[in-house]
Amino acid sequence: MRTILFLIRKEFLQIFRNRFIGRAIFAIPLIQMLILVPAVTFEIKYVNLCIIDNDRSVESRELIGKLEGSPFFRVKYYTWSEEKANELIYNNKCSAIINIPSGFGKELGAGRPVKILARIDAINAMKGQLTWAYLSGVISSYNENIIAESLPVVQATMVPRISVTGRYWYNEMLNYKYYMLPGILVILVTAIGFMLAGLNLVREKEIGTIEQINVTPVKKSEFIISKMVPFFIIGLADLGFGLILGKIFFNIPFEGSLLLMFLGSAIFLVAVLGLGLFISTFSSTQQQFMFVAFFFIIVFVLMSGIFTPFESMPMWAQKFDLINPVAHLIRFNRMVMLKGSGIADVARELLLLCGIAVIFTTFAVRRYRKTA
Amino acid sequence: MKTVIEAEEISRNFGKVKALDNVTFSVNEGEIFGFIGPDGAGKTTLFRIVTTLLLPDSGTMKVLGFDSIKDFRELRKHIGYMPGRFSLYPDLSVEENLNFYATVFGTTVNENYSLIEAIYKHLEPFRKRLARDLSGGMKQKLALSCALIHRPRLLVLDEPTTGVDAVSRVEFWEILQGMKEHNITVLVSTPYMDEAMRCNRVALIQQGQILTIDTPDNIKSGFRGKLFKIKAPGKFKLINAVRDHHNTLSAYPFGDSVHATFFNDTVPEDFVNYLTMKGIENVQITESEAHIEDRFLELMNI
Repeated sequence: MRTILFLIRKEFLQIFRNRFIGRAIFAIPLIQMLILVPAVTFEIKYVNLCIIDNDRSVESRELIGKLEGSPFFRVKYYTWSEEKANELIYNNKCSAIINIPSGFGKELGAGRPVKILARIDAINAMKGQLTWAYLSGVISSYNENIIAESLPVVQATMVPRISVTGRYWYNEMLNYKYYMLPGILVILVTAIGFMLAGLNLVREKEIGTIEQINVTPVKKSEFIISKMVPFFIIGLADLGFGLILGKIFFNIPFEGSLLLMFLGSAIFLVAVLGLGLFISTFSSTQQQFMFVAFFFIIVFVLMSGIFTPFESMPMWAQKFDLINPVAHLIRFNRMVMLKGSGIADVARELLLLCGIAVIFTTFAVRRYRKTA
Repeated sequence: MKTVIEAEEISRNFGKVKALDNVTFSVNEGEIFGFIGPDGAGKTTLFRIVTTLLLPDSGTMKVLGFDSIKDFRELRKHIGYMPGRFSLYPDLSVEENLNFYATVFGTTVNENYSLIEAIYKHLEPFRKRLARDLSGGMKQKLALSCALIHRPRLLVLDEPTTGVDAVSRVEFWEILQGMKEHNITVLVSTPYMDEAMRCNRVALIQQGQILTIDTPDNIKSGFRGKLFKIKAPGKFKLINAVRDHHNTLSAYPFGDSVHATFFNDTVPEDFVNYLTMKGIENVQITESEAHIEDRFLELMNI
């Protein structure tokens, strides 16, 4: 036990003596929070439209007025030329072309159905769908107006309709930052836990000090623990730091228990520390380690559901995510922070994290015993 | 006399390479036992087996009465190992490194200071300096201090003086000679033949096999032929000419001259004329005492 304390003291001495790492440990959370949280967003603020109005009637102008009135659309270009419109979409100057045929107003006036053409740039499928949804929203409300105008007042009010009153729960203002921040906190903790401990162990291999340690009576498990503990502590400290930054800069709501939040990250840290150390037993240089660790981090983060809804991933990917600690912690953080979920609500995430932690750490210790 | 290391028929392969091939030797308490051999002879592999860092493929190794495989944990408390490559923490200071290794062995620097005093007093002025900023000789002294700080009974040094300046080398060997007083046995390897003379006994090792084990003097006198020292300007030309002569048994460069042995242990009668004919003049030939490397080269050529 005493030996472990000495080993840990040595690690801290080295970590904070390394001026770069010593500072980066606090600079990285700051930068990640301040840059990623506001920057990474799927909110589509507005879409640029190009209108080809071949009709130039009161009705067509009314429709355009409706589009202009929507905060989602900016009618940036008017043209009568198909070619010009195509060019604008090619150049990324606009994302949708609305084509109003000539005779639009006349037909409407005569009470006959009319068609308009909308072409939408769908390179970003989500943006394309959203544009379409908003567009049909605006057009159908215009449509309703026309119906109402063309029918006698009494009859119009008598048309039965369902009216929906919606309310957004847990994030009433649909603030995207609230959604992203709990996820960014996970990435933060991952960077510390996954990379630093593993790199640290590989470095001892590189400079040969592990050899010198191996001839001492220090046990392998003591050595592994001494590598995990400092980064475990730093990881949790960074989580606290990140939460404070979130409160100060983004006024992030925190509904749940702070203790529970830290418990989740603590288990998570054991898991990623274990995995990092496991990878380090295979690597003889820091370069090798970085390469493999980068691969794992990218896979874990992109499949974690931080950007994309977990439920929309294919089934096999959801299955894979059972062993993805990042996915569990992101869900866990969002539930605890935004919903105020209690320990019973997040029991599944906690248990899965525990399982992963046990598996990875066991791998690391066993593998380390065999190799060195 | 007590035996400190007893190695029997130790073999270790790395893939197809036989790093150690049936190596048997024993080391007595309090002696300085040297392994002399070229790079790649298997010295480091052998030392790693002695220090429990590596398992042999076959053979038995008893160190300080412990089985190096079964009782490795107990054994590690009593061995001080200094690897060939400097492997202390470069980002810790002299003092911190020393304290760290002391605590890891469950002791303190004060407790065993008397043992390292002679070495550490050179380092004392730099005790706050980071290990990476030390000079080569200082690094070696620090490494030795760290290897001794837990008062080991066996000190294993893998090429401790490679890359160290001449003065530091002499100092270093004086320190090793002093280990006997503290009842510490020293196992050391070196590629330098002059250092071999400072050992109590040496083993010549080549390609994983021990050629001979004896005191340096006995090894020297084991040289069978008569050795002649040939000196002339233009050593390269000289050595080729000597080698080309049909009576020459061996010829190799040695310092500023050429060491050669001849058939019948005599210099051929017309040898000087022969060399003159080859364009080599001012030739001096003297009979010379064999050095340890002469014997080593002789053994290697068998």
